[in-house]
Amino acid sequence: MKTDQLVKPPFEALVAQHGATVLRVVRAVVGHTDADDAWSNTFLSALKAYPQLPADANIEAWLVTIAHRKAIDITRSASRRAVPVADPPDSPAGDRADRHDFDLDAAVGALPPKQRQAVAYHYLAGLPYSEIAVILDSSVAAARRAAADGIATLRRTYPRLDTPRKSQ
Amino acid sequence: MTNHELTEFFPVDPGHLQRLHARLEQDAQDSDLLDLAYRTVDSAVGTLLLAATPRGLVRVAFANEGHDNVLLTLSQRISPRMLEAPSRLDSVARQLDEYFTGRRHSFDVALDWSLSQGFRRTVLEHLNTDISYGATASYAALAQLSGSPRAVRAVGTACATNPIPIVVPCHRVIRSDGTVGAYRGGPVAKRVLLDLERQQ
Repeated sequence: MKTDQLVKPPFEALVAQHGATVLRVVRAVVGHTDADDAWSNTFLSALKAYPQLPADANIEAWLVTIAHRKAIDITRSASRRAVPVADPPDSPAGDRADRHDFDLDAAVGALPPKQRQAVAYHYLAGLPYSEIAVILDSSVAAARRAAADGIATLRRTYPRLDTPRKSQ
Repeated sequence: MTNHELTEFFPVDPGHLQRLHARLEQDAQDSDLLDLAYRTVDSAVGTLLLAATPRGLVRVAFANEGHDNVLLTLSQRISPRMLEAPSRLDSVARQLDEYFTGRRHSFDVALDWSLSQGFRRTVLEHLNTDISYGATASYAALAQLSGSPRAVRAVGTACATNPIPIVVPCHRVIRSDGTVGAYRGGPVAKRVLLDLERQQ
């Protein structure tokens, strides 16, 4: 095909390539309970907007930008709801199939939002600080500082981060 | 700390992603955002790619066409809003299975002709209605049926570029000398389909 680099791949390829990363990001940003809704809203919005996306756009940065907005929506509507229960006793087991560490959730959840977002977008999505600055509407230096402060706090509140892990 | 290290602390179960994918398929369908749904099926002529718009089946592709290339072309020509979403193609898949086991002689599926224009489409529509299971016709006869008896070469092109092979039975069009002629899925696949229909 002659215009190879400008051909827009089928949306399915985006889900296959970035689905896991977006799930990690929203789990870090909104927590496990709301992560599935955030993921679904993100990809449905992305599907809607995809035909208008320039073919040379950075797909991952674009998806994380949408996820960022969806996470804010979810957090706002959650704060309008009644006082949240830490871990609803009737959570269906099927929704919790992934082994996840409640201590890590608590440590990440305790970070100020900007730090939590900067950590997720840099350390989980791999975005450069220049992109994160645009998403967070801050300077590059502020984005870098937020991620550094967030990681420093996590090392303190979740010491396993510093322990070298053997593959399981 | 590298990206990889923190990522290790956020394991993602593939089954969980599959459930999220299924939910996305349903949400996209409900929101009229699923411009193209596709799936693959195994058959006597190899793995087939099936793709459908909300209007109907738009493409059947053989493995030798390169399914990734076919999907890219569909993304360009129809819409990139495309998901592997089998449910829209359940009926086609079932009917193909019945066809390959000899239990079905005609297909009852809505077709989307948007990949075929003008005379090519006229030819394929005649082919679809006028040449029944087990029968064959020459390119010249199909040209006659299509109202342009001298357009034999154009009929050949229409058959060779049929976007919905098997269901729109271009395999039933053979050369006047009785040899099978060219086929999008290769001459061997064409022979398999003709033999299958002759046995019934």
